[in-house]
Amino acid sequence: MKKCYIGIDIGSISTKAVVIDEKNKIISSLYIWTSGNPVEAVKKLIRKLKPTIPKDYVIKGIGTTGSARKLIGLLTDASVVKNEITAHAIGTLSLYPDVKTILEIGGQDSKIILIDNKIITDYSMNTLCAAGTGSFLSSQAKRLDIDINDFGDLALSSTNPVKIAARCTVFAESDLIHKAQVGYDKKDIVAGLCKSIVINYLNNVGKGKKIQSPIVFQGGVSKNKGVVKYFKEILSSDIIVDENSHLMGALGVAILSKSKETDKVFNLDICDIPFETKGEECNRCSNNCEILKIYKDSNLIDAWGNKCGRTVT
Amino acid sequence: MDKLKLTFPHMGDYGIVAKYLFEHILNVDVFISPPITNKTIEIGNKYSPNFVCTPFKYTLGTMIEGLNKNADIIVQAGGGCRYGYYGELQEKILKDLDYNFEFINLVTCGKTDLKKISSMLKKIDPKFSKIKAIYYLIIARNMVKYMDEIDDIIRSNVGFEIDKGSFKRLKTRMLNSFSKTRSLFGLRRNYKNFKKEFLNLKTNKPKKPIKIGIIGELYTVMEPFANYELENMLALYGMEVKRFTNVNYLLFEKHKKIKKYLKYAKKYIKYKMGSDAADNIARTKYLCENDYDGIIHIKSSFCTPEIGAMPIINKICKEYNVPIIFFSFDSSTSEVGIKTRIEAFYDMIEMRRKNEKMLYRN
Repeated sequence: MKKCYIGIDIGSISTKAVVIDEKNKIISSLYIWTSGNPVEAVKKLIRKLKPTIPKDYVIKGIGTTGSARKLIGLLTDASVVKNEITAHAIGTLSLYPDVKTILEIGGQDSKIILIDNKIITDYSMNTLCAAGTGSFLSSQAKRLDIDINDFGDLALSSTNPVKIAARCTVFAESDLIHKAQVGYDKKDIVAGLCKSIVINYLNNVGKGKKIQSPIVFQGGVSKNKGVVKYFKEILSSDIIVDENSHLMGALGVAILSKSKETDKVFNLDICDIPFETKGEECNRCSNNCEILKIYKDSNLIDAWGNKCGRTVT
Repeated sequence: MDKLKLTFPHMGDYGIVAKYLFEHILNVDVFISPPITNKTIEIGNKYSPNFVCTPFKYTLGTMIEGLNKNADIIVQAGGGCRYGYYGELQEKILKDLDYNFEFINLVTCGKTDLKKISSMLKKIDPKFSKIKAIYYLIIARNMVKYMDEIDDIIRSNVGFEIDKGSFKRLKTRMLNSFSKTRSLFGLRRNYKNFKKEFLNLKTNKPKKPIKIGIIGELYTVMEPFANYELENMLALYGMEVKRFTNVNYLLFEKHKKIKKYLKYAKKYIKYKMGSDAADNIARTKYLCENDYDGIIHIKSSFCTPEIGAMPIINKICKEYNVPIIFFSFDSSTSEVGIKTRIEAFYDMIEMRRKNEKMLYRN
């Protein structure tokens, strides 16, 4: 039997999974929308993933990353639960060992990771602000009635991007409406949006960071050709976008799960077990912690969120 | 007549010392306000200016909670930056809310006026004696010093404790016993015994543990609730933590050390920048030169002195190639975000260590 490892990256917008073999080669991968329900998304993901794994493979490791990593790690009984920053860096390094800078823009967060000699030397992540992230782009695409898949091509067709205030999504949005109302061409507005994302990113997370090539750009937004174009233009450097750029986090955590390998063999039966999560306020003291309880087959398997360390029953 | 009730805002464990001091020099009931909870912050937020830094909100919240428990006297202290004027503003806000109380501000208009404070105390308690006050001030001063020394021991060892919670339990016992101090000699003997016990607690500390320095704005550094129990979080990863700022430093050492600090870091800074900004720049250099694996800089949002220091700190860290992360805490910071970044920080340091080892071997 050959061994394989699964990495799952559960982001705010999309859920990604990869299956790799022992040589870190991707056997199969999947990309679906989270739609605000990570548990259902992962169940759906695994249901679809299962038939794509060849029969002669056994699953020797599962890793989770992304904002729902803890919850999904518990549900899938994962061997590794890792933060996005480390997972992304490991994933990219496995494909581009010489990389110096990783730019990553996802649905709800954006980060920059600086790498020197195959180790992370510095990183930064956006705080509390959606400016310059994928969710902003997709909501604006909806406003302009453009399919997000055509967004990049439309931006590329523009030669004269409009200037859009890039500081903050709220300002950007009102500026965008204004530009549309006074009659600018749609493609120029779209191009301006892509440019504003880049400027925002560099002013926000990229501030004070030394961006050296080779630069790898990844995350969902890296699929947008317009954004890639303006990154190239503004950084005046070549930008590498891998064909699997949206899967790097999942790939990284799959590789990490390999190093934690035990005798355990994983099966993928979670899609048949009913999971339930219940949130409640504790009310035992004035902290009023929000406690999340996770039930498997209506048995409480874990709970978190309380500050005091009291065992939740 | 019932005794008057006195209370004060929290900061770390120092409430025990303040309670001890006021209990002994004034004929009043002293109580420590309820522990800071989310509710405290909610109340503080409601009555604070929106863009004031978090210490203001936290302390105002505790004061209101104290007043709701029928406090008659509130003591506030602070200084160094805007904090020096917080007392006046908080008194005004509380009086506007129709609370009836006596406000003892240990720092008025940025200065400590001993005469004024002493006459105020005399008004509260006609039997107030300066000589007695000086005696208990000396005890309190030593208590702070001993507590801070023990805290240093805890910070460098708690990440490696074998019996989980042993340090915390012993500390609770120590604070309990400190609060019953009768004399200066008793306190000293007590401290020595506890120090021995702390050093005898079993740990599995490796020869070269990962060492992290915490610097930043003083209130956020010292109040665990304000920094989301950062020190505990680091201890769980098995790291040794070094922290410079404590009450002992601020009150009794800062005025001596600041000149040395400025000289030590003269390449980076010439003048004091208010609060602990200059100190933190010098400390950054110290941490970089003394093989620390990483630095964490924390502050409350809108802390101006630290904002001024951050680019310089960043530059020093780049020069010495020491990783640093900055956190800016507000009353609405998400704890998950902090955990993600700390975890990544730990991974990064571990990767660096492994790499160093490999280079060494070759």
